[in-house]
Amino acid sequence: MQCPKCRGTMRTYERNGVHIEQCDNCRGIFLDYGELETLTRMEASYHAAPPPPPAPGPAWGAPHGGHHYGHHRQRSWVGMLFSS
Amino acid sequence: MDLEAELGVIAAAHGGTGEPVLHPTRTDVVVLRRGEVVVKAHSRRDDAEALRLRVRAAASAALSGVLLPPLRPDVLTVAGRAVTLWPAGAPVAHDELDSAPWEEGARLLARLHAVPLPLVPPLPEAGGPERAARAVRRMPGDGPVERLLRRAFEELPEPEPVPGLLAHGDWHLGQLVRRDRWLLIDVDDLGVGDPAWDLARPAAWYAAGLLDPAVWERFVGAYLAFGGPALGDGADPWRRLDLPARAVTIQLAAVAVVNAGREGRELDEVEQSLVEACNRIVRA
Repeated sequence: MQCPKCRGTMRTYERNGVHIEQCDNCRGIFLDYGELETLTRMEASYHAAPPPPPAPGPAWGAPHGGHHYGHHRQRSWVGMLFSS
Repeated sequence: MDLEAELGVIAAAHGGTGEPVLHPTRTDVVVLRRGEVVVKAHSRRDDAEALRLRVRAAASAALSGVLLPPLRPDVLTVAGRAVTLWPAGAPVAHDELDSAPWEEGARLLARLHAVPLPLVPPLPEAGGPERAARAVRRMPGDGPVERLLRRAFEELPEPEPVPGLLAHGDWHLGQLVRRDRWLLIDVDDLGVGDPAWDLARPAAWYAAGLLDPAVWERFVGAYLAFGGPALGDGADPWRRLDLPARAVTIQLAAVAVVNAGREGRELDEVEQSLVEACNRIVRA
């Protein structure tokens, strides 16, 4: 098969189930029917790799992002950890 | 002879040697240690008959390895106060919070909750819910914070009925001591009730943004891993925790208000975050 752009020779590759024709000369790529959709699907599932879920808690819980829990030496916090 | 001196004599009579040392605790309780022996004069508020049942239960074989057993299974009366005797143990170090035994606490609570009730002598109700109600009742003032806390407490939903299990009733890090292993201490609120209340303090600290989420997850994860029954199947721990954690958040805020009032100071940042959590509770 010849490249429609530069008339170079196209070579066929298969990567993860996707057929790709690439021109040896201009490096242009040709996709078969349906292959673009396959790539799009693969890209979507790659990006959807879920962000870690927020720590679950009650509806009234404090937002937990960005805390540094730097009150650890505070007297009232230590007192509360250890007494009724 | 004053109460402290009498407690020292009782400790010596039970094998305690060396100088008596007072252990800092609540203002209505006296805890005195003499070597290997700890003597506790309970609050005048406590029901002496309920305490008798609780101490007897703590002495039962079913709780061995979970709860510190008393030196004697009965309750003495000294100067009109109920007095109990315990072997001494090492508490969790206040300055080593990073290595606090959260998993051990969770494991002991899971084991306590799993003890079949027929194996222990009869017990009164666990004290968690009453402690929360009492803390709210004891706030003297009528400022905006007090009104918020009272409203939050009054608006709490009715608890769903759950089967009563053995519960500690007042769990926090001060309720662990180490002898040859970690054990739960303090039977004052031990009884039958919803065991989720025993997890409610850490839950409340977490929900107020005070407890590091990683520590909370270690604690609750260990509780579930050791088969603790308080959280249903564990898929959504907050289904069972939500109400006790709300109540305990209000309780902790109320205690903070009383403490700050007694010391004549404003709420500090930590205490303020409990009040903010109560604010979110009334809006949730």
